[in-house]
Amino acid sequence: MSDERKLPYVMAFNEAVRQAMEDDPNVFCAGEDIGAFGGVFGTFGGLQAKFGAERVVDTPISEQAIIGLGVGAAVTGLRPIVDLMFMDFMCVAMDQIVNQAAKLKYMFGGEARIPLTITTAGGGGLSAAAQHSQSLEALLCHIPGLKVVHPATPYDMKGLMAACIREDNPTVMIKHKRLLGIQGPVPEERYIVPLGVANVVRPGNDVTIVAWGRMVHEATAVAEKLAGEGIQCEVIDPRTLQPLDIDTIVASAKKTNRVVVVHEAVRFGGLGAEVAAQIQEHAFDYLDAPVGRIAAPFSPVPFSPALEQHYIPDGARIEAGIRSVLFRTPVGA
Amino acid sequence: MSITPAVQFDLHRRMVRIRLFEEAAGRLAEAAKLPGFLHLYVGEEAVASGICGALNDDDHITSTHRGHGHLVAKGGDFNRMMAELMGKSTGYCKGKGGSMHISDLSLGMLGANGIVGAGSPIAVGAAFANKYRGRGQVAVAFFGDGATNIGAFHEAANMACALHLPIVFACENNEYGEFTPRDKTMAITDIVDRAAGYGMPGVIVDGMDVIAVHEAALEAVAKARAGGGPSLIEAKTYRFYNHHGVQNLGLKYRSDDEVAKWKERDPIFTLEDRMIENKVATRQRFDDIWAELRNDIETAIKFAEDSPLPTSDQVLVDVYSANGGN
Repeated sequence: MSDERKLPYVMAFNEAVRQAMEDDPNVFCAGEDIGAFGGVFGTFGGLQAKFGAERVVDTPISEQAIIGLGVGAAVTGLRPIVDLMFMDFMCVAMDQIVNQAAKLKYMFGGEARIPLTITTAGGGGLSAAAQHSQSLEALLCHIPGLKVVHPATPYDMKGLMAACIREDNPTVMIKHKRLLGIQGPVPEERYIVPLGVANVVRPGNDVTIVAWGRMVHEATAVAEKLAGEGIQCEVIDPRTLQPLDIDTIVASAKKTNRVVVVHEAVRFGGLGAEVAAQIQEHAFDYLDAPVGRIAAPFSPVPFSPALEQHYIPDGARIEAGIRSVLFRTPVGA
Repeated sequence: MSITPAVQFDLHRRMVRIRLFEEAAGRLAEAAKLPGFLHLYVGEEAVASGICGALNDDDHITSTHRGHGHLVAKGGDFNRMMAELMGKSTGYCKGKGGSMHISDLSLGMLGANGIVGAGSPIAVGAAFANKYRGRGQVAVAFFGDGATNIGAFHEAANMACALHLPIVFACENNEYGEFTPRDKTMAITDIVDRAAGYGMPGVIVDGMDVIAVHEAALEAVAKARAGGGPSLIEAKTYRFYNHHGVQNLGLKYRSDDEVAKWKERDPIFTLEDRMIENKVATRQRFDDIWAELRNDIETAIKFAEDSPLPTSDQVLVDVYSANGGN
């Protein structure tokens, strides 16, 4: 793969949007600061210069109206991409996301089509404190009618974003702020990573680690380390959180008999609880240990690096979680 | 009146259709034949009729929890409406939306809405799409006085003006937000005062006078269609019934005298009197229209009553579109 073209995660997003706009005149983008400025993370850089201010629209700081703009344009035939600068800000727009975008099709007896992509930036690790660092994916995944995507690599970012734009349902594309700069192979040509299909990042027989977003990288690093001890971890990145590819996770659980879920969101009511519940429903007799959950403690995201580094799961906590389900520590040792 | 007799009859017909549909729905609700909530539009018919009468079929509207009148005025089908109110599979929403989500996308009616104020941002999106496509379509956001106290309205109005979109904000000021009078919830008397804050023109019209509403709508719609940007119309009107349900008198929050005073200005009967006085119509002609439309309503009730209920396997149908590009 070394001779393949590499792109940062942020430019993989940008390229997916650009290609979709080239292919389909009904695709447009709207959001705060995405035009001339290109978005606060540079995700929309250069698009307004290429496509004009009518297709890459700077909006007021009005999250409800930004989502409403997308819902109204989608239900009347366009294919909008609307951006909420930080995932935390979606709380300002929850009515339009939860009560409108997600439900119009169903409430209208199936007549509506909502080909809307909501893009946003989630995750911590930038000392951005409690209103700019959250991982709120569980809130979204709880809402019938939404699809939720959270890529971990530049390759998946481009392919999943392309899939979101083509999707005839409202999707939320969560970019991870700490992954924006990571490089990886990204083909220049158009391709799709289908929604709802997990990626087995690393095969293994001893324990399954389910992780998404930045935690995929943390989990993979731990898996590499444990491989040195002869412990083979299977790392699964669902990539799409709603719909969740539970079949791939359950198949892995049946093979390894031990599962740890890792996420940045708080543990209580996080998606790890759903994954654990479904594993016990589908693979109870295969389990040799309770499903482990490595997640954030039940507090707002703290500001100080001294606190935040203890908040977000890191390699040491993930490793401890894996060892706890492996029961490799002899009793009394 | 500079409005032609043909248009007067058209507006009259829209209003009578709303009145008959709503009175029938009220009777069915009293007889416990309609599940759920019912917010009747009776009294406010001139607003939806006068404005929708100024729209083309491919123009868009967003509506409110009190939305039957908007759909009827946009040309909604009685049979499918009544079936939806009864939760039948032949209804507009196949029994999944009911009164508060009734819609007909083919008529540009983007749904009644159970969330106060939520329709305006969606209308902004429809207006954006209309400008984007450049086919001269406009969008109208219907909302009540109470909705102008909600952030979504302010965001929508500001964004529509900032983006110079082809939209009309149509406020039905019926003086009550649910059960609380307007003067307890805002320090201004006229909603139209808010328009200037966004940089759009606003006019007050008598919401019991369908001709006045229609004339204001023609102007605002023409302006939007010509690229002149948003406007706000405030129609002063009144709901003859309670916030929900069919009670109209003996309510704790408004006097029966007040109701009687507004009923003297009934938008349908005052129009009929004017048209007869101006010799463009006869009582007999109106009697024939009412009889014809009453017949349509009876047909719709029968259609709805005879229609099947949705089957339990429909619960999971249409949560998602299956035809994503994936």
